[in-house]
Amino acid sequence: MAVGKNYLVGVFEDPDVVLDSIKSVRDSGVKIHEVFSPHAIHGIDDYLGYKQSRLPIASFFYGITGTALALFTIYWMLGFDWPMIIGGKDFVSLPPFIPVTFEFTVLLAAHGMVLTFFIVSDLKPWAKPLVFDARCTDDKYIMAIDLGANQKSKEEINKMLSDSGASEVNEKNFK
Amino acid sequence: MTISDERFDFTASAKKKLAITIVVGILLLLAGIYLDIASTSHDGGHATLQTTVTNDLVAFNGDNTEQAAGEHGETATWLKRLYTDLWINNVFFAGLGLIGLFFVTLQYVTQSAWSTGFLRVPTAMANWLPIAGVLMLGVFFLGKYDLFHWTHDYLYIEGTPEFDKLLNGKKAFLNEPFFLARMIVFFGGWTLFFYYIKKRIFAEDIEEPGVKRWKEIRAASAWFIVFFGYSTSIGAWDWVMSIDPHWFSTLFGWYVFSSWWVSGLALIALIVIILKENGYLSIVTENHLHDLGKFVFGFTIFWAYLWFSQYLLIYYANIPEETVYYIQRLTTDQYRPVFFINLFINFVFPFIFLMTRDSKRKLATMKVAAVVIIIGHWLDFWLMVTPGVMKYDGGIGFMEIGTALIYLGAFLWVTLSNLSKHSLIAKNHPTLEESLHHHI
Repeated sequence: MAVGKNYLVGVFEDPDVVLDSIKSVRDSGVKIHEVFSPHAIHGIDDYLGYKQSRLPIASFFYGITGTALALFTIYWMLGFDWPMIIGGKDFVSLPPFIPVTFEFTVLLAAHGMVLTFFIVSDLKPWAKPLVFDARCTDDKYIMAIDLGANQKSKEEINKMLSDSGASEVNEKNFK
Repeated sequence: MTISDERFDFTASAKKKLAITIVVGILLLLAGIYLDIASTSHDGGHATLQTTVTNDLVAFNGDNTEQAAGEHGETATWLKRLYTDLWINNVFFAGLGLIGLFFVTLQYVTQSAWSTGFLRVPTAMANWLPIAGVLMLGVFFLGKYDLFHWTHDYLYIEGTPEFDKLLNGKKAFLNEPFFLARMIVFFGGWTLFFYYIKKRIFAEDIEEPGVKRWKEIRAASAWFIVFFGYSTSIGAWDWVMSIDPHWFSTLFGWYVFSSWWVSGLALIALIVIILKENGYLSIVTENHLHDLGKFVFGFTIFWAYLWFSQYLLIYYANIPEETVYYIQRLTTDQYRPVFFINLFINFVFPFIFLMTRDSKRKLATMKVAAVVIIIGHWLDFWLMVTPGVMKYDGGIGFMEIGTALIYLGAFLWVTLSNLSKHSLIAKNHPTLEESLHHHI
């Protein structure tokens, strides 16, 4: 067996067949590495058993950080460090601070979310993408199964994929 | 999934519940009137100012009604309060009915499919529109001198002490014939559009499936939305902003629309949830509810955005004729608590409560949010109307709760009885199939 990671790649022609195949493969206890599709398939995350993303929770905390930081900075600067009379208002007056606070909340939430997503998805600029089959950017649906992560033999998984509707099953090795 | 000819059955027990709501409302209203008469006869007339508001402010409020009272006679406080309560509910529930029609037309114009499964609910809500129009006209004729300061003729006689230069300048727009004409055109227009669209919606049910009706409704909807944009804005100036005739805010039309829109969406969600709890509308899933929830959540923030935009500009510019609106609401014991409660339950609470995905997808949590938002926006209208009419005699008591319950009962009665007249599902609607597969 070749060095590196070995994958078995099932190629499918139809999104509904992929969904059924995912179900039968997972029911037999085989772990799926990833499924690739040229378009979004509604409900596929339920079939793959993905948990709900925790990105919104992270975003919430980035947002609160932005709110707190903006309010603290404006209060400290305009209220204490360098008080200025603007428009005859008090040094510390909440209403004019709200727009900036709002913008800063959005800024941190959005940038934090993008950065987190990049890090979690390993989308660093020098990352080498694992291309299992380039046809998944055209009209094929690709299911990749990591042989190293599964107990079942290559032959068994191969048969399982073919039986559940894969038009071809290929081997792929990444060094 | 089979699409049956599912029909809503307006059962006797549902009718009984609504009748009880209305009867309780009437009893509360009568109790409120009794208490109001009893309390005013004790301290002999008007309640005294409870806070330190300068005399200038009182004079600015255009409170010379009392000086010139001889012309029309002084209306009893309870009667004035009754007119105010009727007006608040007229405007609020007319808006809810209108939002029903607006929601339907919006789905046609945007060619939306997700909402098709429950589109009969907002359609039924719009049946309130003709009734609302009659009520508005009736209450206007009964209580115009108390509700609308600008209707007094003596304000426009030059050379007299009561002459009001500002209102005289607005006379070209703010006069009774033109006001009534606008009201009739708006309600008439909305009702005509509604009957035109309604006829085609239900014709689709008994005809061969096709897109003919859908196209007709879409064309009418596009015209309606243009009319709706102008009419709601001008209606908001007429029916709410002109209660404080000296005051003005350029985004008031949007503000009133956003309040109507978010409470209308909440009511659609609430009726859908109650129908689902009673075993109807099985084709409406948590995915559809999620999208409705997103709508409610999003427009909660839109409302807060407009609320704040209006407040910030008036606060910052600090022009007396504009700030008076907030001084009335922020410096008085009657209105200050409601001012902050309004902001809390219409923004802070739904913003945090509806933030998570699950809270928008579960019937129980969406129900809580919808009820809170509907009550909250009723309070918003209360706060827009009451200080201008009642000055320092305003409050929330049995009378307010009673009238609100009467209107709520009547509104739901009209909605549900119309809902039961036709199939609950638009079975020939071209986008129904897509709606069934809606998944987010």
